Amino acid sequence: MTTILTPETVTPETIAPDSGTAAKAEKPKARGHSIDISSIRSSQASMDLAQETIALKVRDLNLFYGDKQALNGISMDIPKNRATAFIGPSGCGKSTLLRCFNRMNDLVDFCRIEGQVMLDKEDIYQRGVEVAELRRRIGMVFQKPNPFPKSIYENVAYGLRIQGINKKRLLDDTVEWALRSAALWDEVKDRLHESALGMSGGQQQRLVIARTIAVKPEVLLLDEPASALDPISTLKIEELIHELKKDFTIVIVTHNMQQAARVSDYTAFMYMGDLIEFGGTDDLFTTPQKKQTEDYITGRYG
Amino acid sequence: MRVSVKEWVKSGQPWVWLTGGAVALNVIMVAGLLLLIAVRGLGHFWPAAVMDAQYPESDGSVSMIVGEVADVERVPAIQMREAGYVVADGVEFVRRNLIKVGNRDLSGSDFRWVTEAELQQVQYSDLLFVAERREWGNFYGYLRQLKQAGESVGSFEPGQPDQQYDQLWSELQQRIERAEAIQQQINAIEKHQIGTINSRFERLRLQQRRLELEQSLNAAAQADISAERASLDLQYQQLQQQLVELYGQIERDSLVAEVAGGQRVEISLSKVVQAYRPNAMNVLQKTGFYFGQLWSFMSEEPREANTEGGVFPAIFGTVMMVLLMAILVTPFGVIAAVYLREYAKQGPLTRLIRIAVNNLAGVPSIVYGVFGLGFFIYFLGGNIDQLFFPEALPAPTFGTPGLMWASLTLALLTLPVVIVATEEGLSRIPRAIREGSLALGATKAETLWKVVLPMASPAMMTGVILAVARAAGEVAPLMLVGVVKLAPSLPLDGNYPFVHLDQKFMHLGFHIYDVGFQSPNVEAARPLVYATALLLVVVIALLNISAVAIRNRLREKYKALEH
Repeated sequence: MTTILTPETVTPETIAPDSGTAAKAEKPKARGHSIDISSIRSSQASMDLAQETIALKVRDLNLFYGDKQALNGISMDIPKNRATAFIGPSGCGKSTLLRCFNRMNDLVDFCRIEGQVMLDKEDIYQRGVEVAELRRRIGMVFQKPNPFPKSIYENVAYGLRIQGINKKRLLDDTVEWALRSAALWDEVKDRLHESALGMSGGQQQRLVIARTIAVKPEVLLLDEPASALDPISTLKIEELIHELKKDFTIVIVTHNMQQAARVSDYTAFMYMGDLIEFGGTDDLFTTPQKKQTEDYITGRYG
Repeated sequence: MRVSVKEWVKSGQPWVWLTGGAVALNVIMVAGLLLLIAVRGLGHFWPAAVMDAQYPESDGSVSMIVGEVADVERVPAIQMREAGYVVADGVEFVRRNLIKVGNRDLSGSDFRWVTEAELQQVQYSDLLFVAERREWGNFYGYLRQLKQAGESVGSFEPGQPDQQYDQLWSELQQRIERAEAIQQQINAIEKHQIGTINSRFERLRLQQRRLELEQSLNAAAQADISAERASLDLQYQQLQQQLVELYGQIERDSLVAEVAGGQRVEISLSKVVQAYRPNAMNVLQKTGFYFGQLWSFMSEEPREANTEGGVFPAIFGTVMMVLLMAILVTPFGVIAAVYLREYAKQGPLTRLIRIAVNNLAGVPSIVYGVFGLGFFIYFLGGNIDQLFFPEALPAPTFGTPGLMWASLTLALLTLPVVIVATEEGLSRIPRAIREGSLALGATKAETLWKVVLPMASPAMMTGVILAVARAAGEVAPLMLVGVVKLAPSLPLDGNYPFVHLDQKFMHLGFHIYDVGFQSPNVEAARPLVYATALLLVVVIALLNISAVAIRNRLREKYKALEH
């Protein structure tokens, strides 16, 4: 694997072996890395958080499920118009943290949150915040594709109709724009009014992304968006993330370190509810500052 | 090769046989039930052959019997001897026939038992005819003469050629048709036109009474009412005039027929529904006649204390009551289920409510009837009358059993089923779908309306199906809250306000009970019990099938639940 691993040049053949088990690489590398670090370095410029505009500011975020603490004092800045990846072993709290950003955890009984998440200098956990409005500004795509049992068109138009937009012209234009942005337009333009449930898994996930960006959110949260998909669909989603970060701030949770390395500018490594390390993706993967990070990305646990 | 019982048990085979056998038994019982009521009920409409025979009476005289065999049974000879009949030695069983002899106006009863072996000179003459009458049941006899306004217009005596009989017969058929046409005009006037005038009279009376109660009955209003009343009176007089004329016309023709004893009877054609000669029909004609009878059973109104005629008002009442019930119970149950599942904080209280709801499903239906009578009719209905219909008092409007209260009572009875089914459906909707909607900025209510409820609609329909199945077969509570033996009019007609929710109605289930157990003519009513039972099963099946069809369509539309 000496080719440069940018999403544009990745072919299904090269991506397939990685998609399953990250730690088991065929060729032993220096320090046991499963990732070709040179490729990352050459594909991505060095990132410096200090020079970024900040979209989301997280301060001392604690989260409890009943008596059990799931997030311990997380503080981090999510940069605007960048892709930020959360990695870490199962149960480390990365999805929980992601769900804090659009207050999805409100739906969980016995869930208690302390601390702040600032969006445009306002704490989203303040009293009086309209949760529905917040979720419109911070969209979310889930692990499993969850299209509504409606037509493709109605799925994409759903968020707009919720906002009371019913002008056909506007709906048509937005649906087309969203589907084009999600690289789905060419595949579905002739069957917009057929049920979305007849699409393949990868198409459904891209439809869900189109549905989410149709309401033009500021931040796009992706919760393991490709984990239920086949390699080709995964590739398409990753290409899509590359495109989308021009317009949106993207936060992606992933199990797959290659994916994090390929799609993100910044990476946060979490472990047992703690944010262990957060920095530019290539820095984190090449020169991890913490022992735990190094252990994880070299495949010693996880 | 012998297999020990122990090994056989261990192999699991007995369980296959036990469970399979249980299913087979169920299938056989259900199929048997349907077969029994179908055979007994549907056989009734076949035009049976009419026989003419001589029968020695116990006093030694010989009498003529004309009629059709309605039933056959085998009676032990001992029993017959003990009852005083002479039965030859060596005979173990005696076949007895139940003969429908009709002519109740002459003989006093429609049926008589005869010992089959003693019937002599049994013949099935082509000339015998059956007349279905509006009163006194069937008539059996030989046609002898036709009269128009008392003057003979044709006759037939034994010994004359059969052609002449056929000629007389076709003349009779034409005149029956004419009488039937006039009868329909009379019905139209009596039921619809005079019915409309009566309902307007009643509204005028109520209007006047209301004005009196409000103490605003001034001379002008009084004059208006009087004028309208006078115009209605005039219309009524005209209709009455027409009726008298029609009655005169319909009484014009009559037939003279000879009955079993040789006696001659004159019957006005206005009393005859139809006349037919079963012995002269071939199989094709009989089949046509059979379906005609079946259709008139389903489409006509009952006659003769429900023992004859059709059951249309009962079918109509049943279907309308069930539909009304479904319309009432669905929103009720769905709203309750939505609150319980979506909004209420799950805890001991919701658990208690669920237990209570489930227990409601087990309360005997007659208890609901008592509740409906006490609460809906006397309390609610009584108060509605006081508030909205004071002009009609002391005659109750809603304070008396009626269609609305019956539907409401049954809606209450079936409420648990709908709640449980809807809750089940709501709980099966994947969390991911709800979160998907919420994540797009929809509120909880929007998510419910736009995604959750449509997806739960097949489950709601399941609840409605179960509710319909239960409600359509329920009789006991209905007897308290609105069903009657014979309703004068349908709860849906052309008179304002068109749907009469306060009216009493007929119901197939109660009709079965009434015909079977309250009938003055048990033998005549028995086949109708089976026929009505079959019809009730068919009606319920049709209601259910349509609900299932709707549910399957919805399921097809929202089949996201599968993955």
